[in-house]
Amino acid sequence: MQLEQTQTTSNETVLSIDSLHVEYSTPGSNVRAVRDVSLDVARGETHGIAGESGSGKSTLALAILQYLGDNGSITSGTVQFNGTDLQELSESELRSLRGNDIAHVAQDAKSSLNPSLSVGEQVAETIQAHQDVSRSEAHQQAIEMLREVDIPDPEYNADQYPHELSGGQQQRVLIAMALSCSPELLILDEPTTGLDVTTQSKIVELIQDLKDEYETTIVLITHNLEIIAQITDRVSIMYAGELMEQGDVYSIFDDPSNPYTQGLLAATPEIGSDKAPTAIPGQIPDLTDLDDGCTFADRCAFATEECRTGSIAMETVADDHETRCRRWEAAVEDPIQPKRGTYDRASAGGELLSATGLRKIFDEPSTVGTLFEDTSFERFFDLEPPVKAVNDVDITVRESETVGLVGESGSGKSTLGRTLLSLLEPTEGTVTFRGDDVGEFDSSEMREFYSECQIVFQNPHSSLNPRKTIGQIIERPLRMFTDADAEARTNRVVELLEQVDLGPEYVRRYPHELSGGEKQRVAIARAFAPNPSFIVLDEPVSALDVSVQANILDLLSDLRAEYGTTYLLISHDLSVISAICDRIMIMYLGEIVESGRRDDIFEPPYHPYTRALLSSIPNLDPHKESSPILLEGDVPSMRNTPNGCSFHTRCPQKIGSVCEESCPEVEPTGEGESSEHGIACHLDEDEMSTAIEGLHNDADG
Amino acid sequence: MKITDFHLYLLKRLSYLVLTMFLVSAIVFASTIILPGNAAVLILGRSADENSVAALEKKLGLDQPWYEQYFDWVGGLFTGDAGTSLVRQEPVIDIVVPRLFTSLQLAVFTLLVVMVIGISAGVLSALKRDTIVDRIISGVAYVGVSLPEFVTGTLLILLLAGPVFNVFPASGFVPLSEGIVPYLSHMILPVATLTLLITAYVLRQTRTEIIEVLQSDYVRTARLKGVSRRRVLYKHVLRNGLLPTITVLALNFGWMMGSLVVVEEIFAISGLGRLVVFAIQNRDLPLLQFVVLVIAGAYAFANLGADLLYGYLDPRISYGGEE
Repeated sequence: MQLEQTQTTSNETVLSIDSLHVEYSTPGSNVRAVRDVSLDVARGETHGIAGESGSGKSTLALAILQYLGDNGSITSGTVQFNGTDLQELSESELRSLRGNDIAHVAQDAKSSLNPSLSVGEQVAETIQAHQDVSRSEAHQQAIEMLREVDIPDPEYNADQYPHELSGGQQQRVLIAMALSCSPELLILDEPTTGLDVTTQSKIVELIQDLKDEYETTIVLITHNLEIIAQITDRVSIMYAGELMEQGDVYSIFDDPSNPYTQGLLAATPEIGSDKAPTAIPGQIPDLTDLDDGCTFADRCAFATEECRTGSIAMETVADDHETRCRRWEAAVEDPIQPKRGTYDRASAGGELLSATGLRKIFDEPSTVGTLFEDTSFERFFDLEPPVKAVNDVDITVRESETVGLVGESGSGKSTLGRTLLSLLEPTEGTVTFRGDDVGEFDSSEMREFYSECQIVFQNPHSSLNPRKTIGQIIERPLRMFTDADAEARTNRVVELLEQVDLGPEYVRRYPHELSGGEKQRVAIARAFAPNPSFIVLDEPVSALDVSVQANILDLLSDLRAEYGTTYLLISHDLSVISAICDRIMIMYLGEIVESGRRDDIFEPPYHPYTRALLSSIPNLDPHKESSPILLEGDVPSMRNTPNGCSFHTRCPQKIGSVCEESCPEVEPTGEGESSEHGIACHLDEDEMSTAIEGLHNDADG
Repeated sequence: MKITDFHLYLLKRLSYLVLTMFLVSAIVFASTIILPGNAAVLILGRSADENSVAALEKKLGLDQPWYEQYFDWVGGLFTGDAGTSLVRQEPVIDIVVPRLFTSLQLAVFTLLVVMVIGISAGVLSALKRDTIVDRIISGVAYVGVSLPEFVTGTLLILLLAGPVFNVFPASGFVPLSEGIVPYLSHMILPVATLTLLITAYVLRQTRTEIIEVLQSDYVRTARLKGVSRRRVLYKHVLRNGLLPTITVLALNFGWMMGSLVVVEEIFAISGLGRLVVFAIQNRDLPLLQFVVLVIAGAYAFANLGADLLYGYLDPRISYGGEE
């Protein structure tokens, strides 16, 4: 695949950016969002632009299209497209260029589509804007484009509105729109962010297929280094508005010659390796107030005093490989390596919390509703089929262990976490804590339970009260659950902040003054305040950049080692789960389909769904091609879960009617019944272990 | 005909409407009963002897228990008999209907003017955000909304119907049947007064919403695919940005129906507003009950209309079906 792409690359330059500077003016200050960026993209090339939030990669994309809004402007430098300086073009010349010669696929497909126009019309609109065709011809072409991007039943779906399609389909519509006029250059801004990993791998396949078919030159912007490794020819690494390193994909991944690139690679978790993701200390500088010298110096292990002076130029490492670093030779000599070996683990003790036959059903029909079978009656009273968010789940968590709960969006994993903590009342089944039935607790026992069991939420930006200081936020659980007096509480708050590596000066700060990583530290400090024995971590790192993510995982691991705290880590990201969990449970449509020790999950036998999930995670090594198992369709609605095995509608290994009729129980694998590894599938172990043939054929276009 | 989710939704909304009207009728009825003063005494005067009062009470049905009175009244409403005005001795319906028609014309006319001015000024304001145009528009609107209608109404009369420019008649209402020119000339000042009062709300809502839509990702998508300015404005910006304005308009319509009192008083128009004042002053309970019921009904229908229109224009609204 890589070879093929390199062959289609020619020497003709399509896009040429030369020392580009972009600024946004805000009241009182100027944000220097992009500084001195130069890059050339050859015809047929797939050029990856990688970087974390605030790196200026999206701004760069919009600057190419000369679309920077009212307060943004190119302050110096040029953007040339096929030799034409785009800054020279008039508004109407730009209009005929945009969408026709250069197409842009924006981040977040859902908000990038007009909610009140049918998707077919939105695609047709692009065609009509650039081609002299009638309305009905444009509509016909739009249907063909939707077919090209594998939208099922395009005639029907063309008339659907964006909210009626799944996230993956919305992304496909945006791609169809961008390709509808066969542009020479396609800019994709985070095309898979926010999508589930199985959907992501399908979009990546689609991009590769279409690139070959349309011979398009692609600029792919993403924070996801694995995708960069898999599908790009050349790579630019951006940090804080500057280009840090640039070169062909192999030299970047094989010989990273910039401390930032090395740090990013070390921070990215990888499945099936003993690599412990290693954080980059510090945070991105304030782009309104930049000091002289290297922007990365404060976070860099190689930085010397010299790095903080003057301006840093790009230096040549090798042919087609440049880096913006004065110390790159030192960095190449002794590159940053991720820590090896797994985190320290306390050994698991006795059962702490367990649930049997747990169900959580939303929108259950009322007693009156169940008397009537007539659907129009049900619809009259808004009686929709109930949502089975958690469906007959058994789970046991032992003291001091970390259990990972993995599932895609809509798998019911967060609901399960909340039901276990009695934040939601179970519809059926029991939860026991240290052997006692939580459902039987009186109010003082319940209080005790809540202080023992805490939760950390996904989004630290919205889970902290913006009107309270950090001190007040952390103090609250101390007030609620302990008898400590004011002075003791204040001391404890400082102590807790220290434990999450924040200084006492944070006590008086407000959440908005903190970075995302710092906020999540505060949320963790708050959860640890009442000395809990059990913490549910609901996607604790998914809103954070990869360099910060590793930091939080380190912190969680340190705290676990110190206090022997038990974690239930909920995540959609198997790589994160694999980095710190002892046991893993895989959830699909409200059911646990596989559970076992960490290594059981990553080795055969596999549940077919686990196998698909694992195969969908792209490889960080550009030499190792990923071959994802592409699942058909989307995850079914929880209101209408399939009969029998809930995965049968998408299972590549479906046997036959037994899968449709009977729901498999979780059966232990291996010799003894004592095995901790259980799989809910009708296949026998051999079938779940051996490689499956012919599955990747549909991946080739 | 196939029964769709929309029909079920409509049926549901209509049944809520009926329920609402029943509740309103009950509250109206209860409050008029609680009001001090006996209707028979009011009609006959304080000096009337007990026998004639009792006879009149019997005639009016006031000797019946309250629930029978209530069901008589509601039953009458269904057969088109809302009772007889105590003061005018005419059927209430005959008094109310022509005035309702007058007030409706006033309200609908105002609504149209507010819609045109409010929306276009709001859109212009949003497009020219933070410029002098935006500031002038906002300034004028704020002055309008902060002056009470008896001030603007009186000023308008003094300016345009009196000593300065005698362009429009100062008072009265002329039906359309007497010619379009007199009809409009009588209508302009009261409509202008109401418009000054209401436009700011519509303008404000429109401006805020349009600014938000202009900054949305999908408008950026539309621009980046090279769609013409005009089409971006109509298909993407206005289509989405004007939806919430519908609700504001409907609320204002309902509000106007109940708040014509002052304007009708200033311009001496005999509509529902003046009728309410008349009914209260004269303790004409059957008349009062029915007028209040009609105003509540207008409010409820305006809201239903707005919700239906909103649902028609916004595909994300579903009627309790699959989504």
